[in-house]
Amino acid sequence: MAEDLRRRRFLAYLLAAPTLAVAVQWIDPQRADAAVPTLPQPEEIFDLGDLQNLAAAPTANLVSVQVNRDGSVAFAVPRAEVGQGITTAVAMMVAEEMDLPLDKVTVTLADARPELLMNQLTGGSNSVRSIYTPVRTAAAVARQRLVATAAKQWGVKDSELTTRDGVISHASGRTATYASLAVAAASSKVEAATVQLKSTSDFTVLGTPQNRIDAREAVMGRKTFGMDMQVPNAKPTMVRRPPTINGTVRSVNNKAAVLAMPGVTDVAVVSRGVAVRADTFGQCIDGLRALDVSWGPGTVDGESDETVLAKLKAAELPMLVPGLLTEVLDAEFTFAFASNSPLEPDNAIADVRKDSAEIWSSLKVPIVAQENIAAQLGLPIGAVKVHVAQGGGSFGRHLFHDVAAEAAEISQKVGKPVKLMWSRTDDFRQGRTHPMCTSRIRVTHALGNVISYEQRHTSVQTEFSHGLGEMLTSFAAKLPIAGNLSFAESIFLLTQSSPYNFGVTTQLLNEIPLKFNTGSMRNIYSPNVVTAQELVVDRLAAKMGKDPVSMRRSFLRDNRLKAVFEKAVTEGQWGRALPQGVAQGIAVHAEYQAAVCCLVEIDCRPETVDRPVTDGVTGPRVTKALIVVDPGFAINPRGLEAQMIGGMNDGIAMALTSSLHMRDGIPLEGSWDNYFYTRQWNTPLDMRVVIAPSGGTPSGAGELAVAPSMAAVACAYARATGTAPTYFPINHGTLGFEPYPTEPSTPPSPVNGLDS
Amino acid sequence: MSSHTFVLNGERVTVEVADDVRLLWVLRDLLGVTGPKYGCGLNVCKSCTSHINGKAFNPCSVPVSAIKADDEITTIEGLPATVGQELHPMQEAWLEQDVAQCGYCQPGQIMTAVALVHRVRAEGRAITDADLDQIRNICRCGTYSRIRTAIRSGAAKM
Repeated sequence: MAEDLRRRRFLAYLLAAPTLAVAVQWIDPQRADAAVPTLPQPEEIFDLGDLQNLAAAPTANLVSVQVNRDGSVAFAVPRAEVGQGITTAVAMMVAEEMDLPLDKVTVTLADARPELLMNQLTGGSNSVRSIYTPVRTAAAVARQRLVATAAKQWGVKDSELTTRDGVISHASGRTATYASLAVAAASSKVEAATVQLKSTSDFTVLGTPQNRIDAREAVMGRKTFGMDMQVPNAKPTMVRRPPTINGTVRSVNNKAAVLAMPGVTDVAVVSRGVAVRADTFGQCIDGLRALDVSWGPGTVDGESDETVLAKLKAAELPMLVPGLLTEVLDAEFTFAFASNSPLEPDNAIADVRKDSAEIWSSLKVPIVAQENIAAQLGLPIGAVKVHVAQGGGSFGRHLFHDVAAEAAEISQKVGKPVKLMWSRTDDFRQGRTHPMCTSRIRVTHALGNVISYEQRHTSVQTEFSHGLGEMLTSFAAKLPIAGNLSFAESIFLLTQSSPYNFGVTTQLLNEIPLKFNTGSMRNIYSPNVVTAQELVVDRLAAKMGKDPVSMRRSFLRDNRLKAVFEKAVTEGQWGRALPQGVAQGIAVHAEYQAAVCCLVEIDCRPETVDRPVTDGVTGPRVTKALIVVDPGFAINPRGLEAQMIGGMNDGIAMALTSSLHMRDGIPLEGSWDNYFYTRQWNTPLDMRVVIAPSGGTPSGAGELAVAPSMAAVACAYARATGTAPTYFPINHGTLGFEPYPTEPSTPPSPVNGLDS
Repeated sequence: MSSHTFVLNGERVTVEVADDVRLLWVLRDLLGVTGPKYGCGLNVCKSCTSHINGKAFNPCSVPVSAIKADDEITTIEGLPATVGQELHPMQEAWLEQDVAQCGYCQPGQIMTAVALVHRVRAEGRAITDADLDQIRNICRCGTYSRIRTAIRSGAAKM
C-alpha cells in the first residue's frame, strides 16, 4: 500500500479565499471503486467501513484545510469527537503532510453539512479509515502551494526548498514562515492541483505516540462539552418522564402550582413527557418531581426480561445441518439489555424562532438530525443550523438525535431557548439500549475436523433510523449480497464473519419487532456473537481433546489473526501455573480490517468474589488483561492504546457486571450504582496493550477491543469455575440494588454530601 | 431567595438563590463554573468532585445553605492556584499519561486523586492498590489503568 501511495498523485482544489485554503473530495472515489468485490464475500474484505466509504464516494463534497495569517492551520472535521481521538488523529495528518508542529493545527467539529449527504456519520469505527487520504491530500497540496509561492518570490525552483516546523528554507539561508505566505499563497480562483503523499517511511508525526490535542483543556476543566455551552437565555430544562418506556401524557393536573415554584419559568407538555424550564437544573428537578401527571401506556408495557426472552426463543431461525452422522455440539447464550449511556448525559441546546432554528448537541449523524428536526419544526432544512458539540462519550448513543429533537420541540413550544438535559435516570430508563439477544450455535465435527458451524443470532430489533439506511438503499445494487435482505441482516453480514476453518459456516440474524428504544453500543453484534463463538470453540476443544490454544492454532484461517494470536500466547504466558479458581481465557477477533487477540486471567476464588465494596458489585476480578492488536498502520499508537484499554474495560463489564433489568416495561437501573459499568475495584491491576502493525492502511479502532475482551473473560470464567456461562452478564441473575421508584422519573439529589 | 456567601477558588462570592438548590447548580448554572460535571446528581458517579476546606466532596449533594461564609470551595479551576503554578502536579501527571479520552470525568478524577494523596499522607503512608480500588469515580471511557498510574506519578511530585 505504501508503494501505491508513493506512485499515485492525489487531487485537491485551491479555493478562492483571502488566505491559502485547499479543499479535497472527502472520499477518494478511485479507492472506493476499487473496493467493490466481485464475489459474494463476508466481512473480511468488504466490511461496514468499506460500505460507508463506498456510499460516500459519489456524493462526497469538499472539506478544506485553511492556512491562517498567524501560520496556524484550521480544519473542520465533519465527524463527532466523543473521546475516541479523531481530532487528534486529523491534526496529526495535517501536521505530517504540512511539516508543521502539531500544536499549530486546530481541528474543530463541522456543523451539519447537508451537501455531504451520508458522509457525515461517525460510527462503525470508520472515521480514521475514511479520512486518512483526503485530509493528507489537502494538507500536502497546501504545503506544495506554500513552497511554490516562496519559490516564485525568491526566483528559485520549488525543488530547492525544504519545509520544517512551518518554515520554508533555501540553501542560501533564506527562510519564510507559513504565516508570512498565507495571503500570498491564496488563490483568486478555484484551481485543481495534484500532489504525491509522503511515504510511510518518511513519516515523523503519523505513527508516533502523541497526546490528545485537547488533553490540557480537559485536565484544567476548560474543555467545553455540550453541557458546558452557554447560549443566551437557554435556561436549564428537564422533562418529567413516564413510568414505562415511551409512555404518553394524558394530563398535567397541577401546572399552575409548578409554574409558581422558585426559579421555574415554563411548563410544557411534549411528546415524551412534561418539560420544566428553570433558572437551575436543580429547580428543574424539584419542578418535575412536583408535577402531577396522568400517564397513558408506553410501547412495551408489561414486557420484562422473561417475556422478551420467550419471544426471542420463539423467533430463533432453525439450524440447517442435522447431526446424524457426526458429533454435534449445541449451545445457546442469552445477552441482557445493556445501556450505552455515556457519562455526560444526553443534552442539547435549542433556540427555535419563527423562521429559523439553531441546535447545539453531540451528534454523530448531524445531517439526519437537521433533516428530521427541520421537518418536525415545519422549517426548510436551510433554516435549521445544527452545531456539533464536543461529547462526553457516546458508545453509540449519539448516533441518535432524540435529545436534540426534544430540545427543539420544547423550545418551539415555550417560545424560548432551552438547554435540555436528561437526568441520569432518564438516560438509563428511557434512553437507547443495546437490545436483548440470543445466540444459538450448532457445530458438527468428525475425525478431528469441524464439518459445519451454524450461528443463529436473534435480537430485539436494533434501530438504525439514524441514517445508515439511506446509504444501503443507495448502494444495494453494488452490495455483494444476493437477495432482498433487510437492513439489519445486511449490517450483520457485513460485520460478522467466523475466523475459523469450520467447514460450512452460516451466521444468520433474526429480529423481533418490539418497540424498545434500541441502538448500537460500542459495536452492534460482535461482542455477543464473538463471545458465543469463542465459548463454543473452547467447548469444542475440550470435546476434541485439545486445549483452547492448540484448538485455535489448528483452525484459525487468517495470517494476521494467527500472528496476533501467537504473540498473545507468548506475551501472556498462556498455560502458566495458576492457583485453583484462577484461570486464563483467550479470544480472537477480526473486524474493521484489524486483527486482535485478548488474553485475560480471572480470579474467581471466594475471597476475591466476596470482597466487600459498598454499593458495588465485586464478583470475579480480571487480574490481568493483555490485548495484541494489528491495526494495519497505527496513526497514533498512544490513542490506539487508549481505545484498547477502554474497550477492554467495556468487555469486562459486558461479560461480568453491566446490564439493564427490564421489568414491566422499564429498566430498573437508575444510577451508576445500579448499572455496574467497570469501576476501579473491577479493573485489572495489570493491563497491557501490544501494538503489532503488519503495515498497510489504518484500521478502525473504537470498538475493536470490546468483543475479544468480553469473549476472553467469558472463556476464562468458564475455565476458572468449571461452569460455562450461558446468560450475560454473569451476575445478571442477582439484583444487587434497591431500584429507584419509577415515579417521579428523576430521584431527588441527596442533601447529606458533607456528612462523610 | 436568600443570599449565600462562600469562598470559591480563593475569591469571596455571594449568590442569590433558594436555600435548597444544590451547590453544583449554583456553581454551574449561576456562577458559570463548569469544571465540576453532572454525571448523576446522586453522589454516585463523582464527576462533580471538588474540595471543601481541602477535603473531597460532591456539590451535587450539598444544599447551598449548608455552605458557611468562610468555607473554601475549590473546583478544578482553582486547583493549580494552591501551588502557584499553571498546572497542579496531578494535572501534569494526567498529561504525562495522556489519561483523558472524552475527558468529562477527569476534573472530578483529579480532584479525587489530590484529596486521596493528602489523606493518605496525613495517615503517614503510601498509596496502595486498595486505596485506588476504593475510588468511586466513574470513567465510562474506561481509562482506569492510566488513572492509577497517573495518581502514583502525581503523588510523587506533590
